[in-house]
Amino acid sequence: MPTSSDIWVLVPFEGGAPVRAGLDLLAGARDLAAQLGGQAVAVVCGPGAGAQAAALARWGAQQVLVCEDTALVGAADGVADVLGQAIEAKGPHALLLVATLDGPDIAGRLAVRLGGGLLANATALFARDGAVEMQETAFDGALIITCTADREVTQIITVRARSFEAREYPGEATVESLSFTPSAQALRVRNVETVRQTTGEAVPLEAAQIIVSGGRGMGGPEAFGILKDLAEVLGAAVGASRAAVDAGWVPYAMQVGQTGKQVKPKAYIACGISGAIQHKVGMQNSAAIVAINKDPEAPIFDFADLGIVGDCLEIVPKLTAAVRNRR
Amino acid sequence: MDIVVCVKQTPVATAEKQLDTDLLLDRESVDNAINTYDEPAIEEGLQLLELHGGSITFLSMGPDEAVDSLRKALAMAGDLDARAVLISDDALRGSDILGTALVLSAAVRKLNPDLVILGMRSDDGGAGVMAAAMAQHLDLAVLTNANKVTIEGRTVRSHRRLSDGYIVQESELPLVLAVTDAINTPRYPSLKGIMGAKKKPLQTWSLEELAIEPERVGTTGARTRVLGAVAPPPRAKGEVVEDKGDAAERILAFLAARKVV
Repeated sequence: MPTSSDIWVLVPFEGGAPVRAGLDLLAGARDLAAQLGGQAVAVVCGPGAGAQAAALARWGAQQVLVCEDTALVGAADGVADVLGQAIEAKGPHALLLVATLDGPDIAGRLAVRLGGGLLANATALFARDGAVEMQETAFDGALIITCTADREVTQIITVRARSFEAREYPGEATVESLSFTPSAQALRVRNVETVRQTTGEAVPLEAAQIIVSGGRGMGGPEAFGILKDLAEVLGAAVGASRAAVDAGWVPYAMQVGQTGKQVKPKAYIACGISGAIQHKVGMQNSAAIVAINKDPEAPIFDFADLGIVGDCLEIVPKLTAAVRNRR
Repeated sequence: MDIVVCVKQTPVATAEKQLDTDLLLDRESVDNAINTYDEPAIEEGLQLLELHGGSITFLSMGPDEAVDSLRKALAMAGDLDARAVLISDDALRGSDILGTALVLSAAVRKLNPDLVILGMRSDDGGAGVMAAAMAQHLDLAVLTNANKVTIEGRTVRSHRRLSDGYIVQESELPLVLAVTDAINTPRYPSLKGIMGAKKKPLQTWSLEELAIEPERVGTTGARTRVLGAVAPPPRAKGEVVEDKGDAAERILAFLAARKVV
């Protein structure tokens, strides 16, 4: 069914601007499209999406497909339906989706609708023999698997955060409006209200160069205050393990790990975090890992670059002071 | 209300994984257990059953050993009206997402429940797409990332978890629901529940009973192919030292050497 070598990317929007994870995917799409002889195409849905075409071109889109239907705001099923119609009409080689929230929902529906294979949680993509292959880290990091999907059908691929880095490109994109509308069946979910719970973080976790992260070993919510102090002098973001989030000490927005955020900072400072596999999956790609833990047997010491067996409640404030004095 | 909860038996997270010569996971040499993300799905089903009455069916596709996970789910159900169905067939080995969605959906259609509940992902595959894939087959609405669920009449209200908050969503039964790993605290089965689980009805269905041709599933029906697998280079174990009062200086020197401060 694919009639072109174009690589599509569904670029999600938040507050009227394309999200970073979507722009990262455009860089990946641009590389793949160049290898396959097609174009990198950004697909954007929702009112006002067309106004972002220039921004998307700057980040690598050679073509922008716009569907401004108001019913598509926060409607994964509706977006899946419109994308399905567009793919059936235009036959791109592959569609890349961000592997969180709406991405997997849209991917699951499209794979069944189109009857093709679904490649999930890619960490790397490359073209070989005219088809896209992907690598994924399977079984919580135990194996790196290379796989591919049937190329007779548009390949549907979800991609993990931070697998690509957004890059700027010169040139403009052609813009096309899509006239497809979602069916009533695809709009059976009503969004009643959105509740935002901000963490008051100066530096967002996903973009941080340094992350200071706390776990059960911090002992309680108050102790996160000393992590915030350290983060402030380092220009870092504060993260947390699932244990700290489940205990209600900090909001879910701070969770790093398999079911939280996947991060890739230059330095990750883990305080009172045991390093369970669930957490490791979210931070093991950090360039450098420092761990402070009272328990010399904590698994995090097996993969930290620098491990300190000690009390974070004592060490962290000293470190904050030392960084401050260094300036 | 009749509920189906999908349950997968997966290799335990800490087990050493290896692939067979045909690049499929060797499921026999590892310890298997109920997928950890399915436990909140089971718990949510049981809580909804306690509130609204009805029946619950635990549905699994897997080798015969997956019966262990279904028995555990039945044990969690205690005195509630619970049964289990295992879809087991040699032809299913090597099924990908598409094949699995086809089979589970066919079984759900046969069971005809008001509500289908899944966990947010599996420990092994981890794609997190099964709820939507099944909803597409069944032509139902899907609510995923549900972090809180209430049902009034035929209306399901869910808090869809976002990275910085949640969306309150509503839709009508029947539908497919996927819950987060933080929606509840799964109960432990009681001793009485464990004893009782052995007496609860557990059926095994083959592909024939679902009228699915074997070519559509398993390795033959898969539209994805594994080309190779390697163990990632292990992250080298670094220096581990006991704090003798100089930890802060050591960390600072480490960060400075890496030019992050």
